[in-house]
Amino acid sequence: MTDTEKQLSTVTVTINGEAFQADPNDKLIDAAEKAGTYIPRFCHHSRMNPVGMCRMCLVEVDSGRGPGLQPSCMVDCSDGMTVETETDVVKKAQDGVLEFLLINHPLDCPVCDKGGECPLQDQTVAYGPAESRFVEEKRHYEKPIPISDTVYLDRERCILCDRCTRFADEVAGDTLIHFMDRGNNTEVNTFPDEPFASYFSGNTVQICPVGALTAKPYRFKARPWDLEETISTAWTDSVGSRITVQSSRNQVLRLLGIDADAVNWGWLSDKERFSFEALNSEGRFIAPMVRPGEGDDLVTTGWADALGRAVDALTDVDPNRVAVLGGARMNNEAQYAWAKLMKGVVGTDHVDAQLGDGLPAELVLGLPRATINDACRPGGTILLVGSDPKEELGALFLRLRHAVVEDGATLIELTPQRGGLSGIAAHSLHARPGEVGDLAAALVAATSGTAVDAGGVSADAIAAAAGAISGPVTVVLGRGSVAEAADSTVAAAHALNGLADVSFLSALRRGNVHGALDNGLAPGLLPGRTTLAAGASRLADAWPSVPSSQGNDAAAILAAARAGELDVLVLLSSDPVNDFPDYDLVCEGLSNVGTVIAVDMLASDSTMGFADVVLAASAPTESSGTFTNLEGRVSVMEQKVTPAGTSRPDWMIAAEIALRLGSDLRVDSPESIRAELASVSAVHGELTEEALAEGRIEGVLIPGSGDIELPAAPAGDGPANDAYSLRLVATRKMYDGGVALRNSPASSGLAAAIKVRVNPVDFEKLGVEAQALVKIVSGRGELLAPVEADAGVPTGTAAIPYSVDGWVANLLIDAAAPVTDVRVERP
Amino acid sequence: MPTHTYVPHAPGYVDNDGPKIVTSRFPHEDSYTLERSEATGGYDGLRAALAKKPSEVHDEVREATVLGRGGAGFPAGVKWGFMPPGKFPYYLVVNGDESEPGTYKDRLLMERDPHQLIEGCLITCYALGLAQCFLYVRGEMALAQERIAQALNDAYANGYVGKNILGTDFSVDITLTWGAGAYIVGEETALIESLEGNRGMPRLKPPYFPAAIGLYGQPTIVNNVETLANLPWLMLNGPSQYKTYGSDDSPGTRMVAVSGHLNRPGVYEIEQGVTTFRDLFYGDNFCQGIRDGHELKMFVPGGGSAPWFFPEQVDLPLEARPVGAAGSMLGSGAIMVMDETTDAVKAALRLVRFYARESCGKCTPCREGTTWEERVLQRILDGEGRPSDIDMLLDIADNISPGPYPNAAYPDEGLEAIPFPPKQTTICPLGPSSVAPITSTIRRFRHEYEAKITKRDSIPVTAAPVEGES
Amino acid sequence: MSRFSDANVATAEEIISRYPVKKSALIPLLHLSQEQNGHVTDDAMRHIAELTDTTPAEVKGTGSFYEMFKFHPVGTYMVNVCTNLSCQLLGGEELLDHAEKSLGVKAGGTTADGMFTLEDVECIAACTEAPCLQVNYRYRHRITTDEFDQMIADLRNGGLDDIPSHGTLAQIRQTIPDGMGAGIVPPEQAREEPVWLARNRADDVPGSVAGGDDGVGS
Ligand SMILES: Cc1cc2nc3c(=O)[nH]c(=O)nc-3n(C[C@H](O)[C@H](O)[C@H](O)COP(=O)(O)O)c2cc1C
Ligand code: SF4
Ligand code: FES
Repeated sequence: MTDTEKQLSTVTVTINGEAFQADPNDKLIDAAEKAGTYIPRFCHHSRMNPVGMCRMCLVEVDSGRGPGLQPSCMVDCSDGMTVETETDVVKKAQDGVLEFLLINHPLDCPVCDKGGECPLQDQTVAYGPAESRFVEEKRHYEKPIPISDTVYLDRERCILCDRCTRFADEVAGDTLIHFMDRGNNTEVNTFPDEPFASYFSGNTVQICPVGALTAKPYRFKARPWDLEETISTAWTDSVGSRITVQSSRNQVLRLLGIDADAVNWGWLSDKERFSFEALNSEGRFIAPMVRPGEGDDLVTTGWADALGRAVDALTDVDPNRVAVLGGARMNNEAQYAWAKLMKGVVGTDHVDAQLGDGLPAELVLGLPRATINDACRPGGTILLVGSDPKEELGALFLRLRHAVVEDGATLIELTPQRGGLSGIAAHSLHARPGEVGDLAAALVAATSGTAVDAGGVSADAIAAAAGAISGPVTVVLGRGSVAEAADSTVAAAHALNGLADVSFLSALRRGNVHGALDNGLAPGLLPGRTTLAAGASRLADAWPSVPSSQGNDAAAILAAARAGELDVLVLLSSDPVNDFPDYDLVCEGLSNVGTVIAVDMLASDSTMGFADVVLAASAPTESSGTFTNLEGRVSVMEQKVTPAGTSRPDWMIAAEIALRLGSDLRVDSPESIRAELASVSAVHGELTEEALAEGRIEGVLIPGSGDIELPAAPAGDGPANDAYSLRLVATRKMYDGGVALRNSPASSGLAAAIKVRVNPVDFEKLGVEAQALVKIVSGRGELLAPVEADAGVPTGTAAIPYSVDGWVANLLIDAAAPVTDVRVERP
Repeated sequence: MPTHTYVPHAPGYVDNDGPKIVTSRFPHEDSYTLERSEATGGYDGLRAALAKKPSEVHDEVREATVLGRGGAGFPAGVKWGFMPPGKFPYYLVVNGDESEPGTYKDRLLMERDPHQLIEGCLITCYALGLAQCFLYVRGEMALAQERIAQALNDAYANGYVGKNILGTDFSVDITLTWGAGAYIVGEETALIESLEGNRGMPRLKPPYFPAAIGLYGQPTIVNNVETLANLPWLMLNGPSQYKTYGSDDSPGTRMVAVSGHLNRPGVYEIEQGVTTFRDLFYGDNFCQGIRDGHELKMFVPGGGSAPWFFPEQVDLPLEARPVGAAGSMLGSGAIMVMDETTDAVKAALRLVRFYARESCGKCTPCREGTTWEERVLQRILDGEGRPSDIDMLLDIADNISPGPYPNAAYPDEGLEAIPFPPKQTTICPLGPSSVAPITSTIRRFRHEYEAKITKRDSIPVTAAPVEGES
Repeated sequence: MSRFSDANVATAEEIISRYPVKKSALIPLLHLSQEQNGHVTDDAMRHIAELTDTTPAEVKGTGSFYEMFKFHPVGTYMVNVCTNLSCQLLGGEELLDHAEKSLGVKAGGTTADGMFTLEDVECIAACTEAPCLQVNYRYRHRITTDEFDQMIADLRNGGLDDIPSHGTLAQIRQTIPDGMGAGIVPPEQAREEPVWLARNRADDVPGSVAGGDDGVGS
């Protein structure tokens, strides 16, 4: 249960003679901690079900029948309860437990990664016996064994607290590590040849109370006392998980999740946790670069040269022949500065932070918005449209999973195929690609009338799902497959908006994409959730000018480029070659632009192949700013280390270019940018420095749609069915061929292999062996991939990962078509 | 179906002229067949129950004060009353895991009279509205499993179990299932975990009884085999008749296994609260004395987990309250008798080793402490003990079970009895049970420990009995 | 290779149907696999995981908790000598000593011919008949060293009627004839009060009859 849902009455508990008001939903150990009394513990974790195994938290509890030793992690607070945590009896019991834990412990603190931040070590120093009475031989195990690609297990250090195993089972649902054997021989282990391949494995390392679990990227890198840390926000997806960034000697070494009740509860996906490695990798731009001539490689240069080239290209250019793609990776302040530069100074509205794989900005901003906690309300209903949060938004997946498994929320999926949450969904309705809008409309109709077949789903299934909708409804809205146009998802959103008591949680996945929308990096929008028309007056004092007519979105920008209508294209940390779902269009477009200016941290196919100027941007850990997550929650990202090489913060690059173009953006710090946004925005007025300081953990939620009105629902029928071909479903995986992952040593090997999955019925028809190579042919191209039968894929569709290392599905996709039909055939 | 080789009854049961509530069919060689059962009143108790309202059946069990025979001696009728009303389904779990050292009675009840047990299950299910029963038999008891399987198949075929039992609207399925070797699974919440397909690790209390939250989170009654075996007789003869046996506090009979240094060890059905340990050890009707010419040194009165008794306690009746006040428990009806040739340290080690091997590993004090105790005892026995070991053993014990541990009085030393039960830093009583043999023997026979302990200061580290791979 | 045979898949499915929740069948299925192969193999555990919607790690996590499951090959005959207190008092340890010498292996070991695995076990509930042992969970009570040797010789020379090979426990399986079961369903499908409990509220004579009037006769 989230804090907001808990019952509000309190009970009086007395600890060590002092009475206080406790929440009856809290376990005594947590209530005591809130009241300032820390009871030692090893197994207890407030985000997991109690097990009461370690017995470290024994205290004397008297609930009316005399004092007795009880584990405070198991005891509910009750009225009139008195508790003693410091009596001789308690001390003796706790000392006894500590001694028991230590008798078989190797006491190898000097060589242990956990040394210095180890609760076991701390307890021992604080209370432990000076000398061991245990003279027998200790238990021995093979020293650290890898249990996954990123995690090592040292069983000699393990104190069997059940935290990692509980996490794997209860929280992640990946029961791949388990207690094995019994009694004194109990150990944590994996099944032979089945590693702990979980997207969330890093959390076990974070919650291990000793040094038994260690993560490859951090092993032996530093001692805790050498680490400095700062609070920040994870940037690899749009959940905005709260983290601390820890560094030593100006190098980021580790990210840890923070328990923000509204957001990630301390959990992170491994991608959020480990892909910071890319920031120190070979692929990092540490200085600006330019391409001396057509066909040459990029060469390193100085800032004056690079900026000069960029400014030359932008000087006296027709604003209509300038466009911007990207910006979702940057922090809010940089986004604002770039919006101001491109829209207010250069004067183009051809600006799109999304790369054709998202949803229209007005839709996302115009729908009634839900928070993560809203979505996770006990008794509520979650309608998952399109996206697979397990692959795309790891920390959100864990929250949704908890809501369904532990808090009784009802999950109904409207997705193209079986996904990470299907196992716990009350109803899984798999729409034919391009028809999720029809399916959603039929579902809504079924809540108040009769159900009909829609989108390839039977009326019965739709009726059953409609019958299960109860309580407040949260639609988690994302794109199911990039091989279909956004239209049907848009239609689904409009249909579902007709439900009673409904709100929407955007599942747009890319980093700070919601910040980008808020900051006007979308055609027709200006910072502060406002339109060109409405924003013009708000911005009149702050901006030199505002574009007068709505510009192009990514697809239209690329089409214009292909038609030779662009002189300058700015890539704001974007890699359209891999991310835009139409490879041919991107390549033809990029090669037809006069000057491509890339502002980026990491070398991508787009920059290396097409950029004429590369402006080296500093990383999220190297500059300060804020992040806006999918709820519209703004949280800080603080600088921890100095920028790599001569790289510069994105906002500073924008300001620099503006100056050289003869226009002062009048911003000299992230704070000044925030102040300007607060002064011009219809919704950011409350986003003050004080509010941010107060919301250091939870962030500051920016509610409302501002000036954006929900556009009218699109008209039109679903695509026609071609009985001879299969419809392509191309979905994102957590580990793909993306730039950040390619440059993160710990994760790079995890990218999914290419394979095509079809329903067993369609597989039969192919007449090949499992894993045989087949050819997938679309109007655009073809691909050879091993084939697999999978009952989780509906008949009539072929499912592939969108991107794997070395291959991207956009080779097969025509972004202008509503769906992608393919033939799967023997090669 | 494989042809079943006829296997004679296991020995051990001693027939005598005492009252018989649960062993009346035992003397028959074919006591386990449906034919014999039907010929001797089998399922008449069920018929009698079905003629009453379910609540009346429950009332009779409550009125008769049928004490649980699994160890804790809690009245079944009261426990049944803990079921939260309306939270269906309810489950019945029959505890046939009998593994407590010295305990040998449920196995006989299952092997020799499975129909009586099935009938007891049905009566319980009828009384409480349970539609599904799991009969959990210890994994190592192949014959009991077979005989219950055959009995269930016959009972299903003849309409005693299943749908519309005896033509009524009463329907119950009984599933026979068995364990795979883990003593702790006898603990009721561990048993439920095991039935759910998990490691048999006890659940945390509260709730104190699985009656509130048990199998699959549903209200569940766990009863011992012998407890349920009493019900057919009770249904036929009524509570007042039941109470003519035994004492006011402990009506009826119970089965006890008396093993060790006796002339006629065996399993007996005795009257609770009437028969004394002296009767049992020396009576003609029972064990007929300590084995030839020897003397009683000590005995364990209620299974391996019970603190030990000595000759001073032989006149106590087998009844929970006086035995508890005297510092021990009747537990599972297992009495292990040792004469003066017995090495107290060796005997204590044997039981401590049992708890060390059988700890489920959940609680730190039990997982680590029992093994530590075992290794120190072993070291002492191997002649490598240190003078400080005795006090250290007592202190380790105190960290598993804090405070004075229940023990018998030792008048010669002016030590008074410390009443049962012990305190615990653990979830279940297994860890603390390992303390019983240690404190019992050190209190009484400290000199035996001292005699084994060398006066040397430096002690070699014991060879490592390491189980993990190296 | 040591997944369940087709016949055993059918048996496994019948076993699973006996429980309201699939995972409850883990231990019975581990027994079934041990019956098929003499010990529990990794492939068998994978197969069990498939059949019960669990992971192999869960299957092994459960299985390894229980002593009777052997994850490496063991002898055709498991000879389990009890040395717990009641047996110790009457020669259990001496019997074990004798067994070790006579079989030429230490407790825990398997004879070179793969015939016997000797184990030193805890109380097997035959305490009044000490010393005792089990061979593949079939009892031998009050056994002397001579009887022990004779038994081993018999087992070597073609076996004993009452002792099947390792892994086989009950040789009679519970079977519920079609239509005779009350119906085993998941807990969430059994929320109704059982019908007969209504009698607690009824004033009329109990024993209401389901199908006819041939009901309760006592
Ligand atoms: C460690 C431990 C082992 C136990 N073993 C058994 C057992 O083997 N058989 C049994 O019936 N009860 C055993 N019990 C007691 C059960 O937990 C439970 O109290 C009993 O089955 C309830 O049945 P009853 O009320 O009919 O006695 C054990 C308890 C503990 C703590
Ligand atoms: S006391 Fe021992 S057996 Fe009982 S739950 Fe704790 S560790 Fe397990
Ligand atoms: S923290 Fe309470 S038992 Fe471990």
